[in-house]
Amino acid sequence: ASCVQHRLVVRDASSLQIRQLYTCLDQIQYIEWSSDSLFILCALYKRGIVQVWSLEQPDWHCKIDEGSAGLVASCWSPDGRHILNTTEFHLRITVWSLCTKSVSYIKYPKACQQGVAFTKDGRYMAVAERRDCKDFISIFVCSNWQLLRHFDTETQDLFGIEWAPNGCVLAAWDTCLEYKVLLYSLDGRLLSSYRAYEWPLGVKSIAWSPSSQFLAIGSFDEKVRILNHVTWKKITELDHPATIASKKTIVYKEVEKSPTVDTERLSFPPTRALASSLFSTQSKYDISQVPLSLQYIKPVADRANPKVGVGMLAFSADNCFLATKNDNIPNAVWIWDIRKLKLSVVLEQLCTIQCFQWDPCQPRLAVCTGSSRVYLWSPAGCVVVQVPGGGDFQIVSLSWNSSGDSMLLLSKDHFCVCYLEREEV
Amino acid sequence: MGDWKTITVPVLSPDNKNILPYTSERKRSPTSMNSQVLRLSLPSSKNMHSFFSAFCTEENIEQSISYIDRELTTLGFPSIYAESKGKELNLISIINCINELLVLQHKNLRAQEEVEMQHLKLGSDMDHLQNCYAKLKEQLELSKREIVGLQERDRQLQSKNRNLHQLLKNEKDEVQKLQNIISSRATQYNHDMKRKEREYNKLKERLHQLVMNKKDKKIAMEVLNYVGRADGKRGAWRTDKTEARNEEEMYKVLLSDYEQRQKQLLLENAELKKVLQQMKKDIISLLPPQKQKPKERSEDGLVLSDQEEDIGELNKENMWELSCETVREQLTNSIRKQWRMLKNHVEKLDNQVSRGHSGALNEKDVISREDHELETEKLELEIQQCKEMIRTQQQLLQQQLTCDDETTLLLQDCYLLEERERLQEEWSLFREQKKNFEKERKSFTEAAIRLGLERKAFEEDRGAWLKHQFLTMTADCKSENVTTPSAFLRSNLTDDVCLLLGSDPDIRLVKSASRQRKHPAVLSAPVSAEPCQTSQYIAQNSVASEKPAADNLPNLWVESDDKEETE
Repeated sequence: ASCVQHRLVVRDASSLQIRQLYTCLDQIQYIEWSSDSLFILCALYKRGIVQVWSLEQPDWHCKIDEGSAGLVASCWSPDGRHILNTTEFHLRITVWSLCTKSVSYIKYPKACQQGVAFTKDGRYMAVAERRDCKDFISIFVCSNWQLLRHFDTETQDLFGIEWAPNGCVLAAWDTCLEYKVLLYSLDGRLLSSYRAYEWPLGVKSIAWSPSSQFLAIGSFDEKVRILNHVTWKKITELDHPATIASKKTIVYKEVEKSPTVDTERLSFPPTRALASSLFSTQSKYDISQVPLSLQYIKPVADRANPKVGVGMLAFSADNCFLATKNDNIPNAVWIWDIRKLKLSVVLEQLCTIQCFQWDPCQPRLAVCTGSSRVYLWSPAGCVVVQVPGGGDFQIVSLSWNSSGDSMLLLSKDHFCVCYLEREEV
Repeated sequence: MGDWKTITVPVLSPDNKNILPYTSERKRSPTSMNSQVLRLSLPSSKNMHSFFSAFCTEENIEQSISYIDRELTTLGFPSIYAESKGKELNLISIINCINELLVLQHKNLRAQEEVEMQHLKLGSDMDHLQNCYAKLKEQLELSKREIVGLQERDRQLQSKNRNLHQLLKNEKDEVQKLQNIISSRATQYNHDMKRKEREYNKLKERLHQLVMNKKDKKIAMEVLNYVGRADGKRGAWRTDKTEARNEEEMYKVLLSDYEQRQKQLLLENAELKKVLQQMKKDIISLLPPQKQKPKERSEDGLVLSDQEEDIGELNKENMWELSCETVREQLTNSIRKQWRMLKNHVEKLDNQVSRGHSGALNEKDVISREDHELETEKLELEIQQCKEMIRTQQQLLQQQLTCDDETTLLLQDCYLLEERERLQEEWSLFREQKKNFEKERKSFTEAAIRLGLERKAFEEDRGAWLKHQFLTMTADCKSENVTTPSAFLRSNLTDDVCLLLGSDPDIRLVKSASRQRKHPAVLSAPVSAEPCQTSQYIAQNSVASEKPAADNLPNLWVESDDKEETE
């Protein structure tokens, strides 16, 4: 599904044929599929309206008007039948039910990056709240929206919460001024609290491993600390230095290949294809010799939220690899082998890394840097894929299909789907 | 000082010879007073007297006067002679000369005194200077030592200074770092503050707006129709029961997670325990039984028995799957003990090996590594072969044992069929052979018949010839002996023939057996003709008897003829 201005276009994923076309009242800011893929919600923040469309019955429609309360965020509940709207200024979260037309309110939600977290199986929802300058977490049962547990956290300013994939442990972390990660059990007991250091800037990003065995914490001191789920103590620290010295890591460096142009076939005025091929640069991967030093950027010291530290963390689906990005070295993706807890590969690109995502089925990583190429890495090697059709397609973000066969590449105005062939065995 | 003394000695010797050198020395003395200072010592009055008397005596007055005059004139004094040329002495001039000489002498003495004074002074000055020099030298030494000491202190202080500088630098760095942290925190705070302020402002504006705005948009939801729940159930009311159920479910989830984890941990534990036990057994098996000291043996024996007990206990424990502290501790302690023993053993072996390289005594005990390895390889190969054999045998056994009834029947049928086929083949073979043999026999019988007929004919001829001969011979001479033996032989022969005829089937069988090789089945061959037998017998007999005399032959032939004639 994609939205253009005020229209919602639904296409088939394998053929990109247009299936449905819906029109909303105003410009759409956000769309989301329901979990059973039967409904799509379109949130129009400016108008404070959420419109829901059905895929099975194109005639069915639903409009939720928040009125004067305004709308800041909207999302589906895991069962696909409730919509959670966050009103302006994070005054409250309204839970609208599509089955019963009933409404529930959650007061005092916290205005933080990740204030609402659902468990993977969709049974429980954790909401971060703040009352009287203190942080609380409420756990609700998603089936009937009953409050299960309500407890306070020892954080100064809760920044985010995330459930472990097994649904039994909730990780909550503090703002970057204070390095503190708290782990709560499902019934609200504090299991453990972890603090690596006191004064310098703290946690930047957090990721759970898919087996819930490890919690990776990326912080502003350019290190990733991994905690284990048995003792909740640090088992290792992964450092991101600018020089790579170990002989066992493979460094793939993207190098530009200058395009070969046949000077005889130049015509005036130059044809479009020729022009695009002249200006679009090909690139490929080269293996660099270790030791080598990467491009290191010293952050500007007097700005808030500096571009320092480990900003992106992602575990692979088979729990074997961890991909990280150190914002000090913005062109490199670091891939760690979790079984050995060592750095195995570094991908050095020509431009800043915008986004990377693991394939949900295999250990395959797709990276985009804002150029018109998408980069794929797997333990077998890595490859550069050029988006055909001219060099105008600047990939800003990407998203895998849940089957792992295709990938969505988004630029500012366009998107394209990249299909991956499965190897015939 | 010493020098002077040596010179004064020859001067003092009252000799005439020394006068001249003395006076020459005296000349020199008023002009120069250098290093070779001569001490003009005033001789004593006695010496003077003797000295004077030595110079001038009554004999040489004139000479001495002239001499003195000469000397004085050379010295610059006026002559002591009167102006006349005679030898009259000018007394005045003599006295003047004497006076002058005395004055001169006084002057010299004074000068000498002065010189001596100066000399003493210089000597004392020298001493003084030497003392000073010695003192100064000592002082110099002292000061040098002091300097060295001071330098040492200076160096130490400098190093301390450097250290302090370093510390200061470190402290400064830390301070700088902390300042950086503080500044970054401050900027973060400011940023957050600003954000909050902005939001606050927006809120204020909004509130203002709301207060002003009378027309309030209704908060509502429009749905075309209700949507069914995802799981098809109807919504439930919120009651205490549901709350309790929620709690229950939540605890169930947690419990199941914990149970799963515990199961995994138990499995891991069990595996690890197994591994440890295996290791323990291996270690125990590796340790050799030590024969050297009875003490050690007893220790080992005790320990081994302990371990055996432990093993027994632990096996029992594991069967019950207890995992209490004591069992765990026991296991780990026993493994640690075993490991230590193994280590000691290995060390001992190492020592032995090193000693073995140097000494030849322990070679028997120590098996060389290569031999050991070769042996192990051989053993491994053997094991492999045995295993393969066992495997194949097992397979065969299995095939035999685990067959179904049907298959066994089938198999048996197969075997029977096989046998039958084989038998049939053999039968056909036999039949063929039988045919062949019959053919042969027929041919043989025909041949035998022919032979018999021929023989008959031959014998008839022979008989006729013999008769003829006999008749001629008997006509010639009497031969009684010939008849009786012939009669005897005849009777013998007839007996033998009877016997042999009786035992024909045997002969025949034997013969057939010899001719036809492997024939277990009884042949129902017809009895061959008599003449064949007899011919055979005769042939046999003729062959069997070593030297059938030519005499017998004709008798035999005669007998057979007779027999044939009789039969």
